[in-house]
Amino acid sequence: MIRLTHVDKSYPNGAPALKDVSFRVRKGEFVFLTGHSGAGKSTIMRLLFAEQRPTHGEVRVSGYDVGTLKPRDVPRLRRRLGVVFQDFRLLEDRTASENIAFALEVTGARPDTIGARVIRVLAQVGLTAKARAYPREMSGGEQQRIAIARALVNDPAILLADEPTGNLDERATRGVFQLLRDINAAGTVVVMATHDLDLVRQAPYRTIEVREGAIVYDSATDDPASAGAAAEAE
Amino acid sequence: MRLLTREAVLAFRRAPLLSALSVTTIAFSLFTLGLFGLVALNLREALRGIEERVEIVAFVLHGTPAETVTLATQDIAAFPEVQRVNYVSEDEALERARRELVEFRDAYRDLQVNPLPASIEVRLREGHRDAGSVERVAERLRGFDFVEDVRFGREWVQKLDHLRNITGVVGGAIGLAFAAVAMVIIGVTIRITLLQRAREIAVMRLVGATKWFIRGPFLLEGALKGLFGGALSLLLCYGGYLLFRDSSEGTLAGLVFFTPAHMLLIVVFGVLLGLGASVLSVGRQLRNV
Repeated sequence: MIRLTHVDKSYPNGAPALKDVSFRVRKGEFVFLTGHSGAGKSTIMRLLFAEQRPTHGEVRVSGYDVGTLKPRDVPRLRRRLGVVFQDFRLLEDRTASENIAFALEVTGARPDTIGARVIRVLAQVGLTAKARAYPREMSGGEQQRIAIARALVNDPAILLADEPTGNLDERATRGVFQLLRDINAAGTVVVMATHDLDLVRQAPYRTIEVREGAIVYDSATDDPASAGAAAEAE
Repeated sequence: MRLLTREAVLAFRRAPLLSALSVTTIAFSLFTLGLFGLVALNLREALRGIEERVEIVAFVLHGTPAETVTLATQDIAAFPEVQRVNYVSEDEALERARRELVEFRDAYRDLQVNPLPASIEVRLREGHRDAGSVERVAERLRGFDFVEDVRFGREWVQKLDHLRNITGVVGGAIGLAFAAVAMVIIGVTIRITLLQRAREIAVMRLVGATKWFIRGPFLLEGALKGLFGGALSLLLCYGGYLLFRDSSEGTLAGLVFFTPAHMLLIVVFGVLLGLGASVLSVGRQLRNV
């Protein structure tokens, strides 16, 4: 589903953001990308949804080579992905259901199918009752659930979550994390960038740790001792 | 298409003040342009009236046989520039002088010999009433053996030419200047709208909206602003026209307003201005949003 091979990424000023990053995510996996702020997690996420392109190396996502992707093919890749962020990125002047429907409308879904699909994902994230609420009328956890619903409504094969619990309290964090686990259990690949090690320790998922732009630990290939060392370093 | 239209129309509801400002500024830019257009149109109408009176008169040598003149008249009528040829015999010239020059009526009545020559009066077709064409036709008339002299109002034909040129140049320059101002205004308002909706655009991109899907509503919004601005400018122009015509107490009763084709042209021009400004603005701004 996802394969990064010897990926380097430099900023326009020449400063390196990623150095020789390689990993592969298979169908059905849940992967944590961990590391402190500025380590390179978000850069990896941006490469995965083609917001940025690698300087060297190959990034393949859902069959698309991000490095050589033509601009007109970027929307096609993104329709196969769901992306959620720490700041939710909901449209303040639209209700929860309108925010979700928006993702379907802009991708040209048949208007007569939109209503039913919106209700389905609202039920999936447990917020059917908030369909007509505006973002300002919802808690942070609820807003993130709506953002997740929006990401899910196009039935993506991969869900990318960049610090999805970064703005949430402990209870909301647990709820959102459980929701992501449920989504993964239903077959969607989930890649979650987080610096919340407590969350990482809660679940037996694969963990990739990034430090100064390089992968220093991957639980799929490294021994658990180095995982501990990596955690200590945090 | 439905969503595209809805999003474009929604933009007016989301930022009514900004939209009203855009439409008003476009309307005023096009209004000024339209007013100048009205002046140019009426000036052209007035010039056409004067131009119709452009006439070349070839005086015929005394004693020229009537058949010679008749044949020549047929030749002259066949010139591509010529609209109408009129032969005025010596007797007709005297009759006309008696009729039109009342103050000399007594002098003409007592004449033993008619001193007035016969003449050929030539009127030119529209589009051939400029100084060059008039001079060219006059030169050909001089080529006839029986023509003693050729007269035409050289100076005022040249003045007409000059006035026509000035009208064209000034009109074009002012028109371009106002079109540029209107484009800048539309561009700025579209850019403000883009910045206002940066978050929405980011979400559109994130969920896989295509480039033209994102740009479409903004382009349509610009075109609609141009359309409304154009229509409003026509209303303002009509108001100005009525005010000017009615306040002249009849002296400008013959003033003309735009034809439906002109009005359509102004509205289409407004739409193109709005669309053009949006294309430029969206192209530049979306790289940064």
